[in-house]
Amino acid sequence: MTKTNENIKVDMLAPEQQAKKERPAKKAKTAMKTNLQGKVTKNMILLGLLLFAFVILYPLFWMVVSSLKSYDEIYSNVWGLPSVWHFENYATAWSMGISGYFFNSLFVTVTTIVLVVMIGSMAAFTLSRYKSRWIDVALIFTIGGIMMNPQVALIPLFELLTWLDLINTHWALILTYVAYRLPLTIILIRAFFLSIPKELEESAIIDGCSEFGIYARIYLPLSIPIIVTTIVLTAYFAWNEFMFATVFIDSDVLKTIPSGLMNFRDSLRTDWGVLLAGMVIATIPMVVLLVFLQRYLVRGLSEGSVKG
Amino acid sequence: MKEGAGMIAKRNRIVPILFLLPSLLFLGIFIYMPLVQNFYNSFFNFSVFSPTKEFIGFSAFEQLFSDKIVMTALINNIKYAVISVVFQVAFALVLATILEDKLFRRIAPLLRVVYFIPVMISISVIALLFGFIYNPQMGLLNSFLELIGLGNLAVPWLGNATTSIYAVIAMSQWQSIGFITMLFIVAIQKIPKELYEAAEIDGAGKIRQFFNITVPQVKETLFVNMLITITGAMLVFNEPYILTNGGPGTSSMTLSVYMYQQGFFKDNMGYASAVATLIFIVTAIFALVQIKVSGTGKDE
Repeated sequence: MTKTNENIKVDMLAPEQQAKKERPAKKAKTAMKTNLQGKVTKNMILLGLLLFAFVILYPLFWMVVSSLKSYDEIYSNVWGLPSVWHFENYATAWSMGISGYFFNSLFVTVTTIVLVVMIGSMAAFTLSRYKSRWIDVALIFTIGGIMMNPQVALIPLFELLTWLDLINTHWALILTYVAYRLPLTIILIRAFFLSIPKELEESAIIDGCSEFGIYARIYLPLSIPIIVTTIVLTAYFAWNEFMFATVFIDSDVLKTIPSGLMNFRDSLRTDWGVLLAGMVIATIPMVVLLVFLQRYLVRGLSEGSVKG
Repeated sequence: MKEGAGMIAKRNRIVPILFLLPSLLFLGIFIYMPLVQNFYNSFFNFSVFSPTKEFIGFSAFEQLFSDKIVMTALINNIKYAVISVVFQVAFALVLATILEDKLFRRIAPLLRVVYFIPVMISISVIALLFGFIYNPQMGLLNSFLELIGLGNLAVPWLGNATTSIYAVIAMSQWQSIGFITMLFIVAIQKIPKELYEAAEIDGAGKIRQFFNITVPQVKETLFVNMLITITGAMLVFNEPYILTNGGPGTSSMTLSVYMYQQGFFKDNMGYASAVATLIFIVTAIFALVQIKVSGTGKDE
């Protein structure tokens, strides 16, 4: 992303400078006028952009500031800063249940990621290296999975997981999350595998490398970027998923953050500062992910949506 | 030599199947089977823990078409779709074009991240936060309206049957505009710069460049984004479920929330399955159009 920007910068500067040099003196007055108009329009648009940024950021800023207030102050002093900074709200939120939800989310997210990357990359390996009628069928079967939505499957999945005796366990979430992440993961990784030159594996076969060796020692190490993308997308999905987490898990000690926060709200009633602190804690990992792995995230989301 | 060739052929048959098997099992068991099961369930009357299912034929579907709440929910889903197309797709395209314009190249990278932050935040955090914003006593929205002298416009946004669905929709726009904007930015960056340079030499203004170059060049993304948005709106569950649970009354009901309530609160699993089938049919139509247009499944 940054690279493209630099290119634009270089390309775009050149014509502007030329225009300045060649501008005839006569037209200077009208040029100044349009220039002024352009500046006004530019600043108006800039103002709009900043206003929109403010609309996005202010509620989040309010959430952080209010998480440090007492209940009375959240109620009576909506706009101001806290008179006493209640940092202990965070400790209270953490010890009153958020820590449990946090580690449940962590376990479910990490396990989901490991399974998705393993199973997805293996399937992508076969789907990218072999060609036959059955491979085509398997590919369509996989891609078709993207069109299926969890809402329609909710009740049958509930029945199935009850029958498997998995309802109210973390596996109810992990197995369904893995299934719903696989189609996109396989499509992304397969597209990447297809771009790996065939010569590499040919020389590996001559060296006596097994099929599994080609996968583990050539394909996987070369595909780190797309695997990071998969990890980021899966983390984002598993950390935030709400519906399955609410329906499949009833026990408070097993709940993940998105569904756990609802219980948290109900049990706190009016202790809003603590609730807001819990909300901030739930948000931090994903914002960190955005700041540090933006490039991988954007790539995955855009490719995924266009293909899906 | 012959033995070696035979071994490779044999190896080639078993390993790929073993590699593919786990994912096919996952997809079959947790994605396709439930779908078929859901169709099957639509023809029966049953509750969560009942041992038997009573066959009722098409009567759940007959009930569906005479159910006023289904109609309310469907209309709410359509409102959701229309408003989202205007704000998320049309507005996001304009926003992406502005952010990619050379005039704003300094501030654009920062704004892109800012606009994208809500996309990353869990829906339950967002919905709880908007619960505070819409709160009739201390909510940010009403406090703000009073601050600028429009206090008479303040209403209990979520507690009022005429405003509840719009309050829910507004929250979705707030959260998702950044996502669609980002998809458009990626598409705009792929447009050859020469097109704009040529247009500038011809004296075309920014607005003409937008309609004559940007829009035609991102046509495919535009279409995909529209379908993502519409499908998402027809399926929407989390937002109304957390904010209003379909209320007050059934004023902010959507199809998915209604399905959930019928299934898990009223224990009419069969009828809930019929609602799910309706949802499937509505979204499948859009999905089919999407496959056709974006050419998914073909090799690039």
